Amino acid sequence: MRWLRRNIIGIIAILVLVYLFVPIAVVAVLSFNQPEGKYNTSWNEFSVAAWQNICGVPGVCSSFALSIQIGLIATAVATIFGTMIAFALVRYRFRGRDTTNLLIFLPMATPEVVLGSSLLALFLNLTFPLGFWTVTIAHIMFIISFVVVAVKARLQGMDPRLEEASRDLYASPRATFRHVTFPLVLPGILGAALLGFALSFDDFIITFFNAGTLVTFPVYIWGAAQRGIPVQVYALATLVFFVALVLVVSVQLVNARRRRRLEASVAAQ
Amino acid sequence: MPAIVPTTSASTDAPVTSHRRRSRTAYLLLIPGLGWLGIFFVIPIVTLFFTSLQAPVEGRSGVYQAAFQISNYGEAISEYWPQFVRSFTYSSIATILALIIAYPLAYFIAFKAGRWRALMLVLVVAPFFASFLLRTYAWRTILSDEGFITSSLNALHLLPDDRILNTSIAVILGLTYNFLPFMILPLYASLEKIDPRLIEAANDLYARPFTGFRKVVWPLSLPGVVAGTLLTFIPASGDFINAKLLGSPGDSMVGTAIQVNFLQFRDYPIASALSFILMAIILVVVFIYIRRAGTEDLV
Amino acid sequence: MSTQAAEVARTSGFEVKDLHLINLTKSFGDFVAVDDLTLTIPAGSFFALLGPSGCGKTTTLRMVAGLEDPSSGQILLGDEDLTRLKAYQRPVNTVFQSYALFPHLDVFENVAFGLRRRKIKDVPDQVNAILELVELGPLARRKPAQLSGGQQQRVAVARALINHPGVLLLDEPLGALDLKLRRQMQIELKRIQTEVGTSFVHVTHDQEEAMTMADTVAVMNEGRIEQMGAPVDIYDLPRTRFVATFLGQSNEVTGRIMDSSGDDLVVEARGGRFALPRQRTAVSDGDLLIGVRPEKLSISAAGDALPDRVNQITGIVTDTSFTGVSTQYLVRTGWDDEWMVFEQNRSLGATFRPGDTVVVHWAPEHTFGLDLPRD
Repeated sequence: MRWLRRNIIGIIAILVLVYLFVPIAVVAVLSFNQPEGKYNTSWNEFSVAAWQNICGVPGVCSSFALSIQIGLIATAVATIFGTMIAFALVRYRFRGRDTTNLLIFLPMATPEVVLGSSLLALFLNLTFPLGFWTVTIAHIMFIISFVVVAVKARLQGMDPRLEEASRDLYASPRATFRHVTFPLVLPGILGAALLGFALSFDDFIITFFNAGTLVTFPVYIWGAAQRGIPVQVYALATLVFFVALVLVVSVQLVNARRRRRLEASVAAQ
Repeated sequence: MPAIVPTTSASTDAPVTSHRRRSRTAYLLLIPGLGWLGIFFVIPIVTLFFTSLQAPVEGRSGVYQAAFQISNYGEAISEYWPQFVRSFTYSSIATILALIIAYPLAYFIAFKAGRWRALMLVLVVAPFFASFLLRTYAWRTILSDEGFITSSLNALHLLPDDRILNTSIAVILGLTYNFLPFMILPLYASLEKIDPRLIEAANDLYARPFTGFRKVVWPLSLPGVVAGTLLTFIPASGDFINAKLLGSPGDSMVGTAIQVNFLQFRDYPIASALSFILMAIILVVVFIYIRRAGTEDLV
Repeated sequence: MSTQAAEVARTSGFEVKDLHLINLTKSFGDFVAVDDLTLTIPAGSFFALLGPSGCGKTTTLRMVAGLEDPSSGQILLGDEDLTRLKAYQRPVNTVFQSYALFPHLDVFENVAFGLRRRKIKDVPDQVNAILELVELGPLARRKPAQLSGGQQQRVAVARALINHPGVLLLDEPLGALDLKLRRQMQIELKRIQTEVGTSFVHVTHDQEEAMTMADTVAVMNEGRIEQMGAPVDIYDLPRTRFVATFLGQSNEVTGRIMDSSGDDLVVEARGGRFALPRQRTAVSDGDLLIGVRPEKLSISAAGDALPDRVNQITGIVTDTSFTGVSTQYLVRTGWDDEWMVFEQNRSLGATFRPGDTVVVHWAPEHTFGLDLPRD
């Protein structure tokens, strides 16, 4: 009983984590399901058919590839723009700081329906054709803010003495950026890019409003929700999840091991 | 407002202020990104406003002309005020639930997780890697009428409609689930800044654990609570996915109305009016926050 | 230490010249951090800038490095005017308080950084030579995070020295080290400076450190230099109250000059008369502050015979402290002040206890006279 009281927070914490993962577990399990009818919502019998024939249903893989394409382009552009803004905010003084902070913040605070519908209103009034480019434009727009936040945090955490030391050691401002600042900020930029890609890949609402007849992976799923989502979709989603999870967790483990080795070598002196 | 993205910052006792240069370079760096946001965020909102005032062209359905038809707003509100009320009600409940659920986890990660901290944070964020539409849809399986949860609750006679799915309860549960990480992360960011020795000091000064929490930890975590609340409430108010996938037609929210009017009815003025009203309400809330806390912590 | 290393350190690179600071001033808004500072640091000397936090010593150092722009004044190295040059154009290098080693580069690349930016050839030879000089050869490929504090400090020194700067600036480099390591590094740095021959300007708030290492010490307070000279000299004869109390400790009493005719001035203070050798004060008449260092004081029981020609006061012991090397007494004087006496422990046990009436005495040539502080 005592043990329970002392560890109650830990128990609740674990339960919450489990709660977060339950639907994912359901998705993963159902990817191995052979549904009775059109709807893959309850377990029927075990089958790997979906996995073996993952592109079997038309539209599934093409929408998946499209989402990746858009994700790559939007992430690349947004990361560059966002990193530039982060540098400006952290390293320079300029007029209009408050406005800049507000402008970066608002897209993150605005509901996606408003973001998506307002862009649609713009495109409609300009009679700009809806499709690949409108979606990409929209994605770039909402990813920028997240990149700014991520890179800014990394930049602010950097010891300013390092750049002073670089100047003291005969490095011009450009050389300092190239040899000191950039290498140290790079992990933050990469992290931001990864986050941006994830946001783009899984985006539905904003995309839905501005895609016209274009079908990205989430748009496909939405459409299929009425007719019955093919098991292949479950398989693909599970695959993406596990690949991403393995990647991120292994980065964490590598860092943890590196840190432990560091501590050991310092202690051994 | 602490950023929702928890980044592991470089090891540092570095001073907070570094020398900021005054230079034109700053403007060159800002123009592309801010320009993009200006064109594709600010202008669309403005466009939204003007579209909401448009009037239909005689004889041509789905076509509108620039006008000043404020009555559109009256029409939108009178027809869709239930959706507004429902949206804000559902998201408020979902936000409170999310806060209650998220706080213990955030607290645990901040104070008790030790070397598992980074891993747990990854696990909090990990669900984002799986399609959120599918995850929401998966609740149809979990909460299905024949499922374990629904049947057990039914056996205890706890369900008013004998089911959870396709009711407002399911929608609220879905909203809570989807936006939980948005509550966890700012809470964690705020909690991890608290020096654990403050809690020790409180205990040393005769405070029992819960009092210590109430008097020390909770007040200091308020910035995170506010941030998490805003970051959960706002997107939840505009959501229509949970309503569509987990609710009944009677659960339609503002988001549903906007989506339907834009993409099905093509009633752009009404749709824009709805969207703009939603935006305006959110902006008011945000500005109240900025008034009290300034803009530097926003980003 | 290998002579080869010393040779490489000495050949090529910059000549060592005098460093001149002329009317150097730095203000931040209304606050004057460095106030019209003029001083010359002789080529090849080990110079310490000593003072409390906020006295302007670090700001001065940063201005010499080029990391801070002076509000007015000039900085000259030999004949070369450095004032307008940017930090990366100056033949001056800094060892930072937090070392500021580049975390993403290993020791070798950290040390080689300056050479590479200057596009110098034969990088490996020079780097290895200097790593030998600071005894870090085998750690060349480690990253800074894998080094101990002392090792990081030596990398920082090597990284700066390898560029043969005309002046090496050290910003409280030993602050983060524990006592034993600090003493070791003090000796190390002194040795390196002697070997290499570059001028070192060492900023510190630790007076013991300054006196141990430096040829010349400048005591700074509120943006100004109060006194400058060899450690022995400024310790023995402080010129201002600040220097007397910042550098070591002192006991003081206010008095008035009664007789200035002989070699010794006669000062009356608190009913007693004290002899003050003429050359140990700048004040020739009127009121002044006379002082004496605690370790120069002897303590005897009341009534004991005293040597001829001493200055003395009578008082009551209020506290005794045993510090291992010495016993410290606090003596309450007749005018309710407390004087400190440090007696070396030549024999075991304190000789006096609280409550004892004692006579504190000292040789007149240990007295110094200061201007009254302006309050």
